[in-house]
Amino acid sequence: MSKKVDQNRRKALHITSGIVGAVTVAGFAVPFLSAWNPSEKAKALGASVEFDLSKLEVGAMAVLEWRRTPIFVVHQTSKALENLPKLDSKVTNPAIEEGITRSENSKYTVLKGVCTHLSCAPKYYPEIEPKAWDQEWLGGFFCPCHGSKFDLAGRVYKGVPAPTNLEVPPHSFDGDVLIVGDSA
Amino acid sequence: MGEQNKSFMNWIDKRFPVTENLERHLTKHPVPKKVNFFYIFGALLMVIFMVQVITGIWLMMFYTNTEEGAFASVEYIMRDVEYGWLMRYMHSTGASAFFFLMYFHMFRGLLYGSYQKPKELVWLFGCFLLFLLMAEGFLGYVLPWGQMSYWAANVILSLFGAIPVIGPDLQVWIQGDYVLSGATLSRFFALHVVVVPLLMIALVVFHIFALHEVGAGNPEGVDIEKHRDENGMPLDGAPFHPYKTFSALPAIGIFFVIFFAIVFFAPEGGGYFLEKPNFEEADFLKTPEHIAPVWYYAPFYSILRAITFGIPFLGITSKFLGFIIFAASIAILFVVPWLDRSKVQSIRYKGIYSKIGMILFAASFITLGYLGTKPVNELRTLIAQISTLFYFLPLLLMPIYTKYEKTLEVPDRL
Repeated sequence: MSKKVDQNRRKALHITSGIVGAVTVAGFAVPFLSAWNPSEKAKALGASVEFDLSKLEVGAMAVLEWRRTPIFVVHQTSKALENLPKLDSKVTNPAIEEGITRSENSKYTVLKGVCTHLSCAPKYYPEIEPKAWDQEWLGGFFCPCHGSKFDLAGRVYKGVPAPTNLEVPPHSFDGDVLIVGDSA
Repeated sequence: MGEQNKSFMNWIDKRFPVTENLERHLTKHPVPKKVNFFYIFGALLMVIFMVQVITGIWLMMFYTNTEEGAFASVEYIMRDVEYGWLMRYMHSTGASAFFFLMYFHMFRGLLYGSYQKPKELVWLFGCFLLFLLMAEGFLGYVLPWGQMSYWAANVILSLFGAIPVIGPDLQVWIQGDYVLSGATLSRFFALHVVVVPLLMIALVVFHIFALHEVGAGNPEGVDIEKHRDENGMPLDGAPFHPYKTFSALPAIGIFFVIFFAIVFFAPEGGGYFLEKPNFEEADFLKTPEHIAPVWYYAPFYSILRAITFGIPFLGITSKFLGFIIFAASIAILFVVPWLDRSKVQSIRYKGIYSKIGMILFAASFITLGYLGTKPVNELRTLIAQISTLFYFLPLLLMPIYTKYEKTLEVPDRL
């Protein structure tokens, strides 16, 4: 049994079995790591939501639900579109670069209906009339919890508890259909 | 007894070396004769770990790990299961006790140089244990599915979302959903009851094996191996068992008196052990007024919040930079053995800069802990920023001052 050990052969076997082992481990890791991705059920619940805009009258607001969050869709009146630029000086962040409606459409505004202060639900007050919280109210959202004010494009007024504008969820328009969420 | 017993042990030892290992780790393992009160925390940590494992197993028998059932099952444990309240309060108080002991145990290490050559690995395994304990505590806090469980977890998970490029996808992967939901809860349950505890047990074994290889330290920093008697036993040492085991018993007794005083009379710890909003079920649409971590995360949470600035030209947001500094505040502990260049181990023989450094470090840790439980304002943010600086500086400057400062002569014997 004094056959000489072929060191090169042994080394090659070591390396090969090492590589095969590593590939096996990596291969088996795939199903285990993938199991952590959102399940089909979660994907279905988190999928994008479609909404037929032709049903939404001018000046009205619809509430959709997407990923457990209320989504506000506002069909802006021409009066509102005229008024919005006038409020640029009253809001903290005018977000002019986002456009007047802050959406990809010149008539509709799409917002997450969650106050950026403490996540209460702001209420929709589109009327242009003096309100208890603002004598020069030009329409917008008012949060009943702590009195935060937002204009009709969801921009936050100066001097209220909410720090930032209402968030705009990812959305796109396909003709008369609004798609909230990633289109994929 | 005698002969028969001996031959029985002989039979066993030839097949499984019981006697050899008992002697090696207990009856003939030498430990320094004179240590102080700081050296009891290791033993107490073993005790509290066992408390957590046993109460945890019993809680698991009654807990439901679903979004719909979790909160109600905790109420069921508290109200309907016989002594369920005791199991739960022992487990929740145990978490606080675990961190309390851990922080003192590690501070002992910093004071007396328990990380210095050749104890680097003992310290390193210990740092991993701190990291695992923090993960374990976080995962466990989500399980009752109360308001604070939900929203605190949201804050922490959104940190992963703040990582550039991969962040948002990583967060969804960890959550298993686009929002923190039942999918997250059930995987956190599996991690909390199986994965992390198994890793912790393994690391405790490594920690102790490494310690028994290099020998326990003492507050003087004297090497007890230098002087031995004719049997090879260090003159300044005593066998671990029965000397240390029995001297630990009164301490364990006192610890349990305090522990159960809290369990029975103040299990909520004034809102610091169990936070008030957590008595309300998780609500996706309602954020609590003030999201505060449990006291044991407060120092690190404070560091996270203190970073109110980013590095815009590198595309690093303040949130992500906060995450980096927060991670660094734990990571820096791992490298302490290589930062300390002192010739002596113990703070007693180190120079004035080491002493000032330790005071600043401890003071900033406590200040950060206090601030972490309070809502932010400008002044508090400023103090937190200064404290963060003084948390890092004593450690970062260690290589310089420990090398040049004047040290005292360490005695030969303990």
